[in-house]
Amino acid sequence: MTKAIRRQDRLTAYAFIAPQLAGTVAFVLVPLVLVFWYSLHEWNVLANTFTFTGADNYRQLADDPNVPKVLLATLFFSAGLVVVNLSLALLLAVLLNQKLRGTTVFRVLFFSPVVVSLVAWTIVWRFMLQDNGGINSFLDAAGIDGPNWLRSGGTAMAAVIVVQVLKNVGLNMVLFLAALQGVPQELYEAARTDGASPWTVFRRITLPLISTTILLTSIITVVGSLQVFAQIAVLTEGGPGTSTTVLVYYLYQQAFQFHAFGYGATLSVLLFLIVLALTAVQWQLRKRWVFHES
Amino acid sequence: MKLRAAFASIVLLGSVAACGGGDSSSDGPVTLRMTTWSANEAHVKLFTQIAADYTAAHPDVTVKFDALPVDTYTTTLTTQLAGGNPPDLAWILEGSAPDFVSSGALVPLDDAIENPAELAPSATALWKQDGKLIAYPFSTSPFGVFVNTDLLASAGQKLPSGADWTWDNAIAVAAATAAKTGKQGLVPRDFEYKDWTNLAPIFDGWGAQAWSDDGKTCGFDQQPMVDAMTFIHQAIFTKKAIPGPGVAADFFAGESAMTITQISRASLLKDGKFTWDLVPLPTGPTGKYSVIGQGGVGVLKQGKHVDAAKDFLKFFTSDANSAKLAQFFPPPRTPQLTADTLAKSNPLLSKEQLQSVVIDGISNGVVKPSHADNAQINQAVRSALDPMWKADADVPAVLKSVCTAIQPVLAK
Repeated sequence: MTKAIRRQDRLTAYAFIAPQLAGTVAFVLVPLVLVFWYSLHEWNVLANTFTFTGADNYRQLADDPNVPKVLLATLFFSAGLVVVNLSLALLLAVLLNQKLRGTTVFRVLFFSPVVVSLVAWTIVWRFMLQDNGGINSFLDAAGIDGPNWLRSGGTAMAAVIVVQVLKNVGLNMVLFLAALQGVPQELYEAARTDGASPWTVFRRITLPLISTTILLTSIITVVGSLQVFAQIAVLTEGGPGTSTTVLVYYLYQQAFQFHAFGYGATLSVLLFLIVLALTAVQWQLRKRWVFHES
Repeated sequence: MKLRAAFASIVLLGSVAACGGGDSSSDGPVTLRMTTWSANEAHVKLFTQIAADYTAAHPDVTVKFDALPVDTYTTTLTTQLAGGNPPDLAWILEGSAPDFVSSGALVPLDDAIENPAELAPSATALWKQDGKLIAYPFSTSPFGVFVNTDLLASAGQKLPSGADWTWDNAIAVAAATAAKTGKQGLVPRDFEYKDWTNLAPIFDGWGAQAWSDDGKTCGFDQQPMVDAMTFIHQAIFTKKAIPGPGVAADFFAGESAMTITQISRASLLKDGKFTWDLVPLPTGPTGKYSVIGQGGVGVLKQGKHVDAAKDFLKFFTSDANSAKLAQFFPPPRTPQLTADTLAKSNPLLSKEQLQSVVIDGISNGVVKPSHADNAQINQAVRSALDPMWKADADVPAVLKSVCTAIQPVLAK
């Protein structure tokens, strides 16, 4: 009898998770397996041919002179984005956590880009960053001759990073704000009574207690940064040269512009492995620096 | 196959592709879809009119025109193919003609064209394989220079004519007009420092070629190209006659003195707020020349209604409809290539303009550069040319690097 009940329990449990499971299988696991399958083929969309080529695409990946450049650009973008985004989000959260008049207005102001359509946001920035665009006109008025932001290697990457940070910093800011407000006030009072300086309070109390949120935001931001596409497509199309051709954009070029879907799939396997490895590393590191985990 | 097709787009771009599930054998009502790159109101009105005429004679068939943005046109089209959602008919840009013609993506059209003997051989050259016509070049449109004569007059400039209409003089007038009016000088339309093939109407005047006729050898490092690109570079950075990178200017909105583009753009001047002229390309160091851009239309082998699509194409490109389309798209049919015929459907252009730009242009024109693996080559050229768009660029060195980048693909 107990066995029957247990079996029924198990079935009920499966029934409850079935909708979620079906979605994950259909839209995550099956495509994942298929991408790997495609990466072993040469798929010519125009001729409508699909030929098994074994590890050929992986050999091409190893020999592709563009791949090191693309990975370097991806690294620059991700590192720049994560550092600027997280530090700015934390700074804004700390500032807007003060009990001052008007902080709500600023919170709304910094969060509002998050709800704006990504492409619309990026197109507006493209106009602002043009050589005769809004930013350079503003600089002109101040007597500064601004660079051609999207057309020179260094500034193009910086511009893409800043546009992306301004778009999403609000989300991390809100997460940090929630975390800051969850820090028990009595800890601050106790620290102050003991004569701790504001910096010591921040370092010894605030940071450890919001470390779970730092982990969460850093994983989200790193993974998100590796998947950047629309901003690059709208702002620079990977240029000038290949200076802003990040991995996802290169994948798009190969698959959708050069019609090399098999090689495109191979690049997405590479992207998947990179994201997987980074997430695994971050997850392992959490034990060392996330307060609640130790 | 269908599974692969259905998942491809989801997987690679996160976008959901519609999976075609139509029944190809049914005799019921058929809806044909033709992808185009023109959402221009006047063009669309004419297409739907032709389609309505066809439906009147074939009540079972309706035709839908699907206008896609031109700068991502081929990408969108191939994505639809990969996603198992092919259109029945598609326009093909001349740049990707070799890829589409040689891949077997399109069905041969020899039995689907009325009076094929009328087609000008120079117009069909790019669209044939092994003697078979693979796509119909519905538009063979020469490049010309549109001039905002109001703007020139306000700068006290006169449009040079006859033997004085040379590149040097054109650039001088553009520079002077830009300097006096604060607007831009000469805009090579759709170039935007990305699509370098739109510089061909300039560099062809120096006899420069992107690659040899057999497509195997890079021509960017050859002297004619070095001279032409040096001229363009100076026009941009020294003479300020061509707007620099990142500067947006639309001739048709009155923002520049001149633009180089195809005559199909004349319809944008219908409600023009300024007076304008259309003249042939200026004379280059190698004399008079002209450059043609082409558009083809083909029937996709992967489409669901190949026979119906071929039949509609026959109607769409017939003598009668070709004459109607001629008001926007110069036809490949030789009997229709006379100033008198074209003038009937081109109220915006004078007979002289049609003769000098269109008819003379088509008879001695060179088609814009195209090559198999077009997108890959274009991308490589574009990214290698990027260092050139700076005031202090070393033009010959940059052009050499273009050849280093594309020679392996050309030699394939």
